[in-house]
Amino acid sequence: MPKLKTLEDLKRLREEAQQDIKVRLETGTKITVGMGTCGIAAGARETMHAILKELKKFEIEAHVTTVGCIGMCVKEPLVDIEQAGKPRITYGNVTPDMVPTLIEEHLIKGNVVQECVVGRLPTQG
Amino acid sequence: MRELSLHILDVLENSIEAGATRIELLIEEDLEKDFLRIVIRDNGRGMSEELARQVLDPFVTTRTTRHVGLGLPLFAAAAERCNGELRIQSKPGVGTTVLATFQHNHIDRAPLGDLAGTLMAAILSEREMDIHYKHTADGRAFELDTAEVRRVLGDVPLSHPKVRQWLESTLAEGLASVQSPDVT
Ligand SMILES: Nc1ncnc2c1ncn2[C@@H]1O[C@H](COP(=O)(O)OP(=O)(O)OP(=O)(O)O)[C@@H](O)[C@H]1O
Ligand code: FES
Ligand SMILES: [Mg+2]
Repeated sequence: MPKLKTLEDLKRLREEAQQDIKVRLETGTKITVGMGTCGIAAGARETMHAILKELKKFEIEAHVTTVGCIGMCVKEPLVDIEQAGKPRITYGNVTPDMVPTLIEEHLIKGNVVQECVVGRLPTQG
Repeated sequence: MRELSLHILDVLENSIEAGATRIELLIEEDLEKDFLRIVIRDNGRGMSEELARQVLDPFVTTRTTRHVGLGLPLFAAAAERCNGELRIQSKPGVGTTVLATFQHNHIDRAPLGDLAGTLMAAILSEREMDIHYKHTADGRAFELDTAEVRRVLGDVPLSHPKVRQWLESTLAEGLASVQSPDVT
């Protein structure tokens, strides 16, 4: 297991996290990255890494998860962004170098990057 | 694929897809014996004897979105190119073990690559499961069990942004301590 000091960090982090957890669940942004074989081969892992990096850079607190294959091989890497009260948008062929634009436009400015959209689901709930 | 860690991610995704709640990833590097072993063991739904025998054939897949399954055949080919092999043991209802061996310094052996990225991609899966990762290289060792991390975290999820950053840096540090730069 990691060093004791690292585990101490984790315990401290738990306390910090518990305080803001409720806020996040209500106002949250959810980003999903496809990790099927085609996605992996097309660079989805690097795309996810780029997403985590941008989120950290701008201190955007979004929930990031991965899913298996969703059957759109040629459009991989696929990235899905869901925000409370907004339609859910699926972007296709998202390479790591596109991530900064995507994060800036979609998450910071609130503009959908039309030319990369491959799917759209109306607002839920 | 250009990195063995991408094959590993693909196999981890198979395990997740098979409903595993616990996955073990073991990586053993022995430079003296010129040997690399990768083991992925899960407690997923498992495969019938027949399926387990057939999965190295790309035309065998239970997926419905397309008619070829590439994951395991590609990984097997990567091992075989390096004087190694890929073996699959599976039991329905019990789980599956995938074992791949390589000649460590074989000229065609792809680097392990971004193992931290592979682990993060699997850990952040929408399907909740635990991964126990153990890596040894010439007497150095690193181990991380997300079940252990979860116990410390209580009700805070692994996907929490702060936890995510902790995981990323812990993995990066751990990997740096186990892998010497001239090795992989
Ligand atoms: N860990 C596992 N547990 C249970 N079944 C598995 C496991 N790994 C593979 N299988 C079975 O073997 C089949 C072939 O796997 P393989 O990774 O080669 O292709 P695939 O997952 O079907 O497609 P691809 O990986 O190309 O997206 C799978 O469809 C699945 O039925
Ligand atoms: S992995 Fe090919 S379509 Fe999803
Ligand atoms: Mg597969």
